[in-house]
Amino acid sequence: MGYTKDQLLARLQELKIYFTCYDHPVVLTVEEQAKHVGHLGGALSKNLLLKDKKHRLYVISALAGTKVDMKILSQRLGLGKGGLRMAPEENLLEVLQVPLRCVTPFALINESASAVSLLLDQGFKSKQICYFHPLTNDVTIALSSSNLDKFLISIGKQPAYVDLEAAPAVGKDNPPDLAHLVPSGVPNSSEQPVENASHTNVPHHQNNVPKETEVKAIMTISKVQSKGAETSSKVDKPTTNTSVDKFVNDVFDIISPLLSEELKKLDIKEELSSILDGLRGRADPDLKSIAMTLKNASYTNGFHAGFKTMLHRGLNG
Amino acid sequence: MEVGAQREATQPMLVVQEETPPVVGVRAKDTEHETEAAAVELVVTQSEVLAPEGRMDYDKLVDLFGCQRIDAALVHRIARLTSRPPHRFLRRGVFFAHRDFNSVLDLHEAGEKFYLFTGMEPSSEALHLSHLIPFMFTKYLQDAFKVPVVIQLCDDASFLRNNNLTVAECKRLARENAKDIIACGFDIQRTFIFTNISYTRGAFYENILEVAKRVTCEDSIGIIGGSQEDNIGIVGFPPVEAAPSLPSSFPHLFPRNDQPRCLIPCAIYRDPFFRMIRDVAPKIGFQKPSLIESKILPALQGEESSKMSASNPNSAIYVTDSPKQIKTMVNKYAFSGGQSSVELHRKLGANLDVDVPIKYLEFFLEDDDEFEHIKKEYKDGRMLTGEVKQRLIAAISEMVSRHQRARAQVTEEMVDAFMELRPLPNMFG
Repeated sequence: MGYTKDQLLARLQELKIYFTCYDHPVVLTVEEQAKHVGHLGGALSKNLLLKDKKHRLYVISALAGTKVDMKILSQRLGLGKGGLRMAPEENLLEVLQVPLRCVTPFALINESASAVSLLLDQGFKSKQICYFHPLTNDVTIALSSSNLDKFLISIGKQPAYVDLEAAPAVGKDNPPDLAHLVPSGVPNSSEQPVENASHTNVPHHQNNVPKETEVKAIMTISKVQSKGAETSSKVDKPTTNTSVDKFVNDVFDIISPLLSEELKKLDIKEELSSILDGLRGRADPDLKSIAMTLKNASYTNGFHAGFKTMLHRGLNG
Repeated sequence: MEVGAQREATQPMLVVQEETPPVVGVRAKDTEHETEAAAVELVVTQSEVLAPEGRMDYDKLVDLFGCQRIDAALVHRIARLTSRPPHRFLRRGVFFAHRDFNSVLDLHEAGEKFYLFTGMEPSSEALHLSHLIPFMFTKYLQDAFKVPVVIQLCDDASFLRNNNLTVAECKRLARENAKDIIACGFDIQRTFIFTNISYTRGAFYENILEVAKRVTCEDSIGIIGGSQEDNIGIVGFPPVEAAPSLPSSFPHLFPRNDQPRCLIPCAIYRDPFFRMIRDVAPKIGFQKPSLIESKILPALQGEESSKMSASNPNSAIYVTDSPKQIKTMVNKYAFSGGQSSVELHRKLGANLDVDVPIKYLEFFLEDDDEFEHIKKEYKDGRMLTGEVKQRLIAAISEMVSRHQRARAQVTEEMVDAFMELRPLPNMFG
């Protein structure tokens, strides 16, 4: 399964990557981490796991003091204005395989995180020592950005440093400057639902093309779609997916962008993604309940139909 | 177990199942018994496990029984293995004790299989909230670990225990209760529900015999909290309730060469009972079932036994209650830890240890941040009992109406399908 902290540290030693290791009680925030290592002179990092509408994941690793504007970042990636939001906890546990509140660039050592894109704050380059969690939040390791690069290259990732505070205008004459950092190919965590009568996976994604598409962005997206179609036929398994959780997530993925658009028209001041997450949290139990009811009822009908068929035909068919 | 309760001097203080027992255990006189059973007699009365103020002392109970506590590391491990946030009952410590749950997690991590077993004794048509707790948690475990569930409806025990019920009535009650269980959201592709009266034959009955041969009459009477005066049917019942923890009881589900381990979510007072099957299973050649155990939802009037016997016995909230009924029950009967006047309350704050609405919110309010906030405000005296009760009423009403909606959709055909002896091909998927 996922790498352990010890396995990671052993690997760093193998690669002759110099780092210092600090143990401390479990910390869940940068402020708490600062209490334990902040006085040592290095630069603390804040790490976010973000997700776009096509379920692609991004780790944004920034200096604690850098201001990260998700709207601007979303535009620079070519995802439109509201294309990015905080990834749900499941992605942390499933894809990055780290505990909650422990996002770290080092999680990319895991095979499951191979499709995750990493954006590093340019600011790290000018710091001698930077602090990150090495897959658990009861330890902090300190290393230079060049050593971090060494690690990333060793796992096949090209380090991408970005001026996270820059806010270039994105429009007709200025294509999104970070579009090349959008992951291509199908992310690991997506499943391929087949049996569900009300909707299927592929058409839903194709409907989700953001409005502000530039030439470069269009090319990136169509590349993703064709690659997506390609790889989906490769990963297509014969088993049908009857997951209620997946169904409910898909329903939200359809409604969220539509709701977002309407809310934007009304000029809502609050962060749309947090409104949507709040709605999702509240509607989740009811949606899951009715979805399970539908599933059980459908099965029941099929079961009895099969039974009657056998009665009529006899076991020889 | 209800029979035993009537003999005891202390009134049953828990609103839970009708069979609320004085907590009894198997007498550990044989050296064969597991070391976890204490070397002394384990027959205890509820008064021994009540703390001075009359609350249930769970620490004492866990120590007495010898089971282990679920700590934050274990909850974290569960979250990591299932790739989802842990259930509210784990976060709040409602499911707080276990036996060998770590072994189950080890197996799961290694790619081995396990199945869940839980059940109930149908004794009345309407269930109350505390009935739902093990089912809600079992459903979560089913979804989180993607494993099958077998659910046992003990209509036979119900018949043997209740003088006023006929066999036909018990069978009918079992089916009605099954609908409520289904409404909790079990996945028909991974769930098998059965009633003892219909299912007792074949492999299941053979396992009942295997278990029965290895339990003495005296021990069985101890387990059910009964006496020599009880009918032999109920004395002979424990093996029936134990047999589902042996996977060979379900030949249509588990092939002979692939016998998965069993995990049993249950309330903590069932621990002495399941200790019997944990003792017997290895002797028949099976792995011991693991247990994951919950606290008990207190009666609305609170855990103090004196309160319970004095006032209205119907102090539970039923899944058939309307929002109006829920409001009345909570406002009228829920024991408050608040002060006697508003001024005093604002000054001293509430006593969270005895406050029942807070206890109920611990069980039923999903949002952790909101719960912490309410506790703080209430304890500091800024929030009043009325407000806390109001929040509780809203939370319970929402849950109950969701349940009623789901229950209304359960047809007789659906119950038949859940109870049919059919293969479950994707039960571990």
